[in-house]
Amino acid sequence: MAESAAVEFRIDRRSGVATYLQIVQQTKQALRLGVLEPGDRLPTAREVVEATAINPNTVLKAYRELEREGLVEARRGLGTFVRRTLGTAAEASASDSPLRTELADWARRARSAGLEKDDVSALFTAVIDSTYKGDQDR
Amino acid sequence: MTGAVIEARGLAMTYGRRGGARTALDGCSFRLPAEHVCALVGPNGAGKSTLLNLAAGLARPSAGSLAVLGSADPSAVRDRIAYVPQDKPLYPQLTVADTLWAGGELNPGRWDAGIAGRIAGPLPQGARVRTLSGGQRTRLALALALGKRPELMLLDEPMADLDPLARHELMGVLMAETAEHGTTIVMSSHILTELEGACDFLLFVDGGRVRLGGEAEDIVSAHALVTGQAGRDLAPHTVVESRTTGRQLTALLRKEGPVDESLWATKEPSLEELLLAHLRSPDAPPLLTPGAVAGTVREAVVSA
Repeated sequence: MAESAAVEFRIDRRSGVATYLQIVQQTKQALRLGVLEPGDRLPTAREVVEATAINPNTVLKAYRELEREGLVEARRGLGTFVRRTLGTAAEASASDSPLRTELADWARRARSAGLEKDDVSALFTAVIDSTYKGDQDR
Repeated sequence: MTGAVIEARGLAMTYGRRGGARTALDGCSFRLPAEHVCALVGPNGAGKSTLLNLAAGLARPSAGSLAVLGSADPSAVRDRIAYVPQDKPLYPQLTVADTLWAGGELNPGRWDAGIAGRIAGPLPQGARVRTLSGGQRTRLALALALGKRPELMLLDEPMADLDPLARHELMGVLMAETAEHGTTIVMSSHILTELEGACDFLLFVDGGRVRLGGEAEDIVSAHALVTGQAGRDLAPHTVVESRTTGRQLTALLRKEGPVDESLWATKEPSLEELLLAHLRSPDAPPLLTPGAVAGTVREAVVSA
């Protein structure tokens, strides 16, 4: 029996995000956070659907998308394995990283300037959108 | 492309005679490709149970043809089909353990005692079937159906009397079954949310015929939910349903080419919004995706 899978997926049927996309996003998130590392095995379609009661084709579609992006590879008869990590976000998101510290400072200033949480999120998203505009199509 | 598991052409079914005759199916045509999980939805009295009964080979259609697992006579392939009707017919005097034993005896060469035992595991093995609750009976009926290792499962309102935990568990078991063995599953329900996510194929039956049929994803993406100024022309799209409030018009469209997003705020409808709109608009034209069209008429239908 192969080693057990490194992650499990949580499906939110009311989120409005397509189910296969939720699997893609959660996998990427796990890669960014260092929860998934190269060589790790993703759960099989059977394991995912038994736990989440979603259609197997949805899982296969998500895995195909991850494979197309070069993040995972399917090894016949063995499963789907992580090929590489994503970005350097694992270090950047550590609680003592410089980027995180600066962002925390900024968030405190925004709060004392009287911005609500939603205002801050909107501002943050707008800045990110304009900064990364044209980098990637998806 | 895999073959069709069910192919219906001009299927009709009438119960009773002359004066008291009731038409349950009328000109029902579709094709269900293999290895799909199909939601069979529609209002009460739409013909869902009749269709499952015919596909299981327990009745013969009044007109038209129905091929199941490649056989023109569904009753000839009954050993490869598991059918769980709404009323879950089981022997009330048998115990749970006896029922499972009988399942093995009645399905020689196919019976998988492992999965049947696992599904029926939480039930009191010595209890007689007549003392079980509705949900427990459903669990036992599904244990028998899965133990048969069928190629096609026909489940009529399978989740109706299960508690949320059992529903999630058994839906997961069914999905694992199709992932591992390529089992084709047809599940009827009039509550769509129960099936959304689990099903990748849709048959929406209303008034005895199929109004929407095909891969769920294709059916949804063939439509758009738009909001804009009232009075604007929605041509060339087909309007399934529209509503005007003051200056605002909201409509569910079947798209003919791209929607002009400078005039209309557009989003993809959920499967539920789609079905509700069609239920409220009985005159909307039917839509079958190319994969859902039965053989002889397939050439005549333009892709959605």
